[in-house]
Amino acid sequence: MSHQQESQEQHAGPPGDAGAAPAIELRSINKAFGPVQANKDVSLNIRPGSIHGIIGENGAGKSTLMSILYGFYEADSGEILIAGVPTRIRSSNDAIAAGIGMVHQHFMLVDNMSVVENIMLGAESGAILTSSVAAARAELERLERDYDLEVDPDALAGDLPVGQQQRVEILKALYRGADILILDEPTGVLTPQETDQLFRILDSLRQQGVTIVLITHKLQEIMAVTDHVSVMRGGEMIAHRRTGETSKEELAELMVGRKVLLRVDKAAPQAGETVLALESLTFVDRVGVKRVDNVSFSVRAGEIVGIAGVSGNGQSELLDLLSGIRPISAGRFAMMGQMFSAAHPLDPATMRDLKVAHVPEDRLRSGLVRTFAAEESAILGYHNDPAYNGRVLMNQEVIHEDCARKMADFDVRPPNASLKTANFSGGNQQKLILAREISRGPRLLLVGQPTRGVDIGAIEFIHRNIIAMRDSGSAVLLVSVELEEIMSLSDRIVVMFEGRIVGELPAHEANERLLGLMMANAAPERGEEAQPAAAAPEAPGA
Amino acid sequence: MSAAPGSIPRWVDIGLIPLVNIALAFFVSGIILWTIDVDPFAAVEIILFGAFGYDEAIGYTLYYTTNFVFTGLAVAVAFHAGLFNIGGEGQAYIGGLGVGLGILLVDSTLPFVLILPLSILLAAAFGAGWAAIPAYLQAYRGSHIVITTIMFNFIASALMVYLMVNILIQPGSMSPESREFAPSGHLPFIHEVFGWFGMQVTPSPLNLSVVWAAICCVLVWAFIWRTRWGYQIRTVGANETAAIYAGIDPRRVIMLAMAVSGALAGFVGINEVMGVHHRLLLNFTAGYGFTGIAVSLMGRNHPVGIVLASLLFGMLYQGGAELAFEEPKVTRELVVTIQGLVILFSGALAFMMKGPIERAYLRIAGGFQRPAGQEG
Repeated sequence: MSHQQESQEQHAGPPGDAGAAPAIELRSINKAFGPVQANKDVSLNIRPGSIHGIIGENGAGKSTLMSILYGFYEADSGEILIAGVPTRIRSSNDAIAAGIGMVHQHFMLVDNMSVVENIMLGAESGAILTSSVAAARAELERLERDYDLEVDPDALAGDLPVGQQQRVEILKALYRGADILILDEPTGVLTPQETDQLFRILDSLRQQGVTIVLITHKLQEIMAVTDHVSVMRGGEMIAHRRTGETSKEELAELMVGRKVLLRVDKAAPQAGETVLALESLTFVDRVGVKRVDNVSFSVRAGEIVGIAGVSGNGQSELLDLLSGIRPISAGRFAMMGQMFSAAHPLDPATMRDLKVAHVPEDRLRSGLVRTFAAEESAILGYHNDPAYNGRVLMNQEVIHEDCARKMADFDVRPPNASLKTANFSGGNQQKLILAREISRGPRLLLVGQPTRGVDIGAIEFIHRNIIAMRDSGSAVLLVSVELEEIMSLSDRIVVMFEGRIVGELPAHEANERLLGLMMANAAPERGEEAQPAAAAPEAPGA
Repeated sequence: MSAAPGSIPRWVDIGLIPLVNIALAFFVSGIILWTIDVDPFAAVEIILFGAFGYDEAIGYTLYYTTNFVFTGLAVAVAFHAGLFNIGGEGQAYIGGLGVGLGILLVDSTLPFVLILPLSILLAAAFGAGWAAIPAYLQAYRGSHIVITTIMFNFIASALMVYLMVNILIQPGSMSPESREFAPSGHLPFIHEVFGWFGMQVTPSPLNLSVVWAAICCVLVWAFIWRTRWGYQIRTVGANETAAIYAGIDPRRVIMLAMAVSGALAGFVGINEVMGVHHRLLLNFTAGYGFTGIAVSLMGRNHPVGIVLASLLFGMLYQGGAELAFEEPKVTRELVVTIQGLVILFSGALAFMMKGPIERAYLRIAGGFQRPAGQEG
């Protein structure tokens, strides 16, 4: 016990005499953007050959810290030591020279280049490519063998599945000689199976002596794969733990600064009449690909239907069809008793008239106008409502008070209706959208990725509100790529794969493994699934 | 991530940065004047005196300003919808055609009080109609509005030459001008208005359309920021995806914004045709439509800024003409160069100084804030 405490202290403080110098040591890093102190006196030791997790809410300063480490920003003060050597990192070239590689959340691959071309991109030697390609191919084969990272070197990057694209990103970093890998939210786009594969890769990289820094806001991943974890909050490094000696609950509390309910409590659904019924709904995009392919299901009042699927399998397009943003190609759907089809299209204004609300997937792109005051964003879509308008001029007072009330009801911070929308954090922007869409008491709520990029504290709040909507008799159609969210909120789950519905099941029959297989369209025949279902309660951290 | 850059107060953005840009333009202009042995400070004095030193100068300056306000507002309204309307020149030209045709038809039968609203309507309708064609092509056919509006300037110009030379020319006249309007089709000059109250003011082209320009500033402000149509225009301009999500049809918004924009540009015709020349003629737009782009950029697409920028350009037009007259070494072309430098620095390079000034502000403001925080 005392030994453990000692090691914990040593881990947080300056390097002790035990063992090798830390792979990365940060001493009192400070970084301010104007009056905002993004990193405050941050110190961190990362041991060589370990997987070190950094968690924190959005805006806690994780990305700023990693950007400093990768040379995107320079710290205002403080020191960076790489393998014990004070190092100045002023650009990503300096970082690469110091052996640091970064795998970004959004991959930076050239889709129409082969894997080997992508890997040597920016590291070509000389003007003639043939010799560099040969050298790169040899090196790539060595790396794949050494680290057990299998990718076809001649495949076009754009043709690879997402999990493999990520491997290419990792190989890119290793090719440049990285022995420290930073992964920024690496699992956001992966299926559970791909996530497992990634964790196996990380494990084998660690065994080869690579140091890995994993930035995430998912507690489960921290628990599953890291050796040490550091928690950031409000720009400060507030705790360091050995992963084996902490728990999800403790980490969540450290991140948010108060106790957090990780589970959603909800009563059994009281499903009523059908408010939304899809019949062979199909959407064909410009280049002729069927994005939504012959989809039929229905949603009843008082229930939450969740649509699970790996990002990009037609869920977004489906939501766009149902909210009148994209035109129907074939099939039809009945919404609040009215039938819509290619010949009789729905437009978003009509949808709102039917008391159907829509929380869009990408709030910054479509749910808000960044340059507007919050009160202006808070009437988007309802701007023609007579309550907000006189004969000619809009009624500023009503709009202002309306927004102030919504902000109070939904705990939007800061509660300043005149503040520019862009100046709110992601979670508060999302609360503002939910306030706008929910407070009118819609009969049907279409909601996409309700908690993407939202802090844990706000997630809890948003989930409670969606459940409350359901309990008050509204129907909810939920699209999310977060399996946990789908499983904890939904009453029924529909799984989409390549635009089709590949399965539908009640939420109580679902578990992560089964859904994961369905999302990859590799679900076993019914009957075989009883076994994994029984094994589910053993899932880590449950 | 959400580490927002430090907040910069609005006065820096809308006040300090434009002033620094103008100062830079004048500094470069000063160097040019100095190289041709003209004292830059004396030149500034001549410009200022020539623009504001006596009542006739003020009249001319405000007359130019009126045109810039109309074309500046026109560019601004389109800009709020995310459209770059550089066809103000042609819209102003056709707006003037509408005014001229209307007055030529009715000036012998209707009184001034009916001709005035009719002319305003015609200027708006002709300007809006001319802008509506590129707007339609953009909204429903995807032809880029920058290309089509600039082409419509040429078409407007050619159309006017054809009409003036072949149809509207006064019979028996050698110059391509219509007959002069009857007095009921004249918008009173400001010096005449002052005369009604017994005040003597030196005659200048300044006429009552300056009042209409001021009214338009208020109307445009209310339209853009206080009506649901302005709300829709701004939504489309700032985020078209969000507009579609909200059930706003961007195509209709493009039509609306361009129509309002063209109408505003058309009011140049009120000032020029009804207010100054009292007849239809060629080339009365004299580049005001193009200068309106710089005015709007410099005025940050806000009526208050547009009025200030218009005054600046009015001053440069009038004071610059005086400078060319007073100082033989300064040619008319050099005055245009100075105007061009102002447009370059405040328009094309408007954001060149933004970064350095904001950083300097944060350093200074931060330096002041920290000790204060320690005391408290």
